Amino acid sequence: MPLTFYTFSSPPRFYALSGALVPWFWAVALALAGVGLWMGFFVAPTDATQGEVYRIIFIHVPAAWMSMLLYLVMAFWAAVGWAFNARLASMVARAVAPTGAMFTFLALWTGALWGKPTWGTWWVWDARLTSELILLFLYLGYIALVEAIDDPRRADQAGALLAVVGAVNVPIIYFSVKWWNTLHQGASVSITSSPKMASTMLTAMLLMSLAFWAYAFAVVLTRSRAIVLEREQASAWVGELAAADGVTQ
Amino acid sequence: MTSLFLAVFLRDLRLAARRRIESLLPLVFFIVAVSLFPLGVGPEPQTLRVIAPGVVWVCALLASMLSVHTLYAGDHADGSLEQMLLAPQPALAVAAAKAAAHWVVSGLPLIVASPLIGLLFDMSGPGLLALVTGLLLGTPILSLLGGLGAALTLGLRSGGMLLILIVLPLATPALIFGAGAVGAVESGLSASGHFSLLGALLIATTLGAPLATAAALRISTE
Repeated sequence: MPLTFYTFSSPPRFYALSGALVPWFWAVALALAGVGLWMGFFVAPTDATQGEVYRIIFIHVPAAWMSMLLYLVMAFWAAVGWAFNARLASMVARAVAPTGAMFTFLALWTGALWGKPTWGTWWVWDARLTSELILLFLYLGYIALVEAIDDPRRADQAGALLAVVGAVNVPIIYFSVKWWNTLHQGASVSITSSPKMASTMLTAMLLMSLAFWAYAFAVVLTRSRAIVLEREQASAWVGELAAADGVTQ
Repeated sequence: MTSLFLAVFLRDLRLAARRRIESLLPLVFFIVAVSLFPLGVGPEPQTLRVIAPGVVWVCALLASMLSVHTLYAGDHADGSLEQMLLAPQPALAVAAAKAAAHWVVSGLPLIVASPLIGLLFDMSGPGLLALVTGLLLGTPILSLLGGLGAALTLGLRSGGMLLILIVLPLATPALIFGAGAVGAVESGLSASGHFSLLGALLIATTLGAPLATAAALRISTE
């Protein structure tokens, strides 16, 4: 069997491969998070203006990055599943959504915890907070729509359409909210200008981002495996798996 | 394609004209919902003037979302939607005609009533003009996005609530610029930037939403 781009779009092969990969992703996530948190909490210097409070940045910023990235990942796989009728891509898209929503909520929550001591308020209606909140609504809308449709094929396709429409709208929403109100501090990490933070801070943040990536892979693959088993329960290979585990269907 | 558009559009208007009270329900909902705000917030004209554009816009948004839920439901239930989709003309025409009919039936009355509502909230003349202009540009966006939501949630148990959850995040830009235009005029600034952006949103939605709605109809009726 030659290895091609499509090799792992077959559910049984995907199931076997992801089963082998998930423990590694967990190990990488734990190791990177351990190192990243240690650097963030003990090595990185105290911020001159914000004191120790700023250290929540090591959770907050990677979570916010992941929340936006995962929406695009979800929309991408949903669109692939819709356009090419690839069942596995649709299943992966559905598995991404709860993790994306979790990271969005985490970014909002840590943002509130950070805002209270620095701005003196849990919440301000500024551009980035508001668009992050709307991103959470987009995730919830996607999850609610695919869960409300009983027919998996229709659910996948309708979800894909909504995810793509949402992905097109995210920049529009972001800029309209930005023009509406802005008092958030400017982005602290940008690609065009040199970073304005100590290199240990940046390293810790990047380590935490990679840890979140590995975590997202581990969780999404685990959830995809569950969805694959559920959808393919009538197939022979799932029957063999169940028989090997001593489960009767 | 134009003939199918006109046929569906006029048919929906005729259907609405034969159920006059039912067709006026969004307008009644709008007026009742708007009237609740002074009772909840308090009757100080100063406060009311500040919240008026937002209240009018949010209530218009909710009125469109609540009425758009039934846009395809009747035709889906009696099978005529499938017949329309089987027509040789593209489903795009059906989606556009349905959204246009929804705007005429439930969007236009809101716009006509909005100056009256503005007076209840003690808005100034230029503010009222900005409100009406904003609604003229913005309510078609709501009808188009609502049509997409209605097509996606066609025939689902919790369709009405789900539609609102799906469409409201997408409608936030229209809300921001529509209500923002009135705010700008009330504070003595020009609202032309807001109107340009609303117009741009309207053009983009008009180009994109019927396509997406047609695709959603195909998915939902497959």
